[in-house]
Amino acid sequence: MSTNVTNLLYLITVVTFILALRFLSNPAHARRGNQIGAAGMVLAVVVTWIRAGSASWWAIALAMVVGGGSGAVAARRVKMTAMPQMVALFNGVGGGAAAVVSLAELHRLLPQPGAPEVDISVSIALSALIGAISFAGSLVAFAKLQELIGGRPLTYRGQQLANGLVFLAAVTAGVALVAGVQDEWLLWALCGAALLFGVLFVLPIGGADMPVVISLLNAFTGLAVAAGGFELENTILIVAGMLVGASGTLLTLMMARAMNRSVASVLFGAFGKVQQGASSGRTVDGSVRPTTVDDVAILLAYAQKVAIVPGYGMAVAQAQHDVRGLADLLEQRGTEVTYAIHPVAGRMPGHMNVLLAEANVPYPALKEMEEANVEFRRTDVSLVIGANDVVNPDARANPGSPIYGMPILDVDRSGTVVVLKRSMSPGFAGVDNPLFVGPNTMMLFGDAKQSVAGLAAAVKTL
Amino acid sequence: MAHTTLLVSEVTVLVLAIFLGFEVISKVPTLLHTPLMSGTNAIHGIVIVGAILVLAQPDKNAFMWIVGLAAVTLASANVVGGFVVTDRMLEMFKKRKGGAAEGTEEGAA
Repeated sequence: MSTNVTNLLYLITVVTFILALRFLSNPAHARRGNQIGAAGMVLAVVVTWIRAGSASWWAIALAMVVGGGSGAVAARRVKMTAMPQMVALFNGVGGGAAAVVSLAELHRLLPQPGAPEVDISVSIALSALIGAISFAGSLVAFAKLQELIGGRPLTYRGQQLANGLVFLAAVTAGVALVAGVQDEWLLWALCGAALLFGVLFVLPIGGADMPVVISLLNAFTGLAVAAGGFELENTILIVAGMLVGASGTLLTLMMARAMNRSVASVLFGAFGKVQQGASSGRTVDGSVRPTTVDDVAILLAYAQKVAIVPGYGMAVAQAQHDVRGLADLLEQRGTEVTYAIHPVAGRMPGHMNVLLAEANVPYPALKEMEEANVEFRRTDVSLVIGANDVVNPDARANPGSPIYGMPILDVDRSGTVVVLKRSMSPGFAGVDNPLFVGPNTMMLFGDAKQSVAGLAAAVKTL
Repeated sequence: MAHTTLLVSEVTVLVLAIFLGFEVISKVPTLLHTPLMSGTNAIHGIVIVGAILVLAQPDKNAFMWIVGLAAVTLASANVVGGFVVTDRMLEMFKKRKGGAAEGTEEGAA
């Protein structure tokens, strides 16, 4: 196969990728788009393999079966609630692959006569740097979301300085490599420093901000792959990598905007540090009113209008089907039930939409934030299921709160608020929530799934 | 000279891809942002092309064997996992299409 034919076939792959992203603008076509993209990927693999020749074909096949097989099994088995960390993991291995490819490329180029072209060595250094940061950062993000390590931000004095020095070390190694120091160990040192930086840079970021970080790391991997395209002089890597780099950057900005925070404050603000200057002494005072399943059931059964506000707690408890069941029962009794969806409820934007879609909740019942907020004043009961920060009135009223300024769902304006929660522990961001002690708030403690199932059973008997 | 020409066309393509990347996702609704992240995640699995090129080189020494195998394994996990996860997410959106509303009413009846 000639280079031209290869490149034309690669062009088809690129078109399928663009279509895959285009089709995502409509839920009805999105899945087909993804399948088209997957077909394009298969084409690129086949073309590359034919072009590369039959050397070590069995090793390539074996590695694909092992890697692809474990990827497929993991992706099939993972629960919908664990999707964010799964995406982080797959993103990490992609970044790792880009870094490893540049190690191999340098190893291949160095013994050749003459120094590598500057643009090639720059690309090798960049691809290794960004790929390794993405790899290590994604694994930390995975570990945080999977709760292998604490989700709370880890901070210490001089943290930013330490991070800066590690990053500087990685860059210095890269510059030396580009300047013509032909030593493979430099790239290893670069990778080592970049891995360390990836870990250090994600560790201080709180779990609530992880979606933004994963999106950013996703863009990073795209950039690493694009740099890999320059190093291998392979256009498809450049185009596909940069598509992801650009769209991932835009998505990151959009997500940060939805939380009313800048990307810089997400990355360097160590959000959710429990102490926040003057506000540190301020704890929520007032008393919590616990309630029972039966009381809430009566409240719900005789309400005109009920708003369900899902959050990560609903996802963890896998309560979406029970929530749908409860909503159906209430609707049979003539109650109007809507779902108020905060754009960053859960751990990823659209997380709640995916879960409620799984439970076949009809589209029109899902209200986005602006629409939902208009309706809370005439809502009798707001049922907050495992949401915390996205309903925290401090975001509106307390300038000392770390989430001040974030748009929230104004559930506190509805007649009664019932909060389903496992315990009184603060949310993932580690911020106090005065909603829980509000005059019209009742707390229903327990596992969300059991509580909702209990509510449904109780409503049935009324 | 040929190298510079190639570099210029590569940079051209890169810059166009940046604009295309911005353009193509600006129309994606918020509710599809999670699948979007996951879908782009699958697309950067294209690094598998580079990985195959490494492992398919003849006369590899032990080092090249190790990095080649690692690269293809990691990249394959990225590709397959990325597309499968995205498919699972999007499957849920598709199910409701075409008679979602009627389905609900039947369920309630």
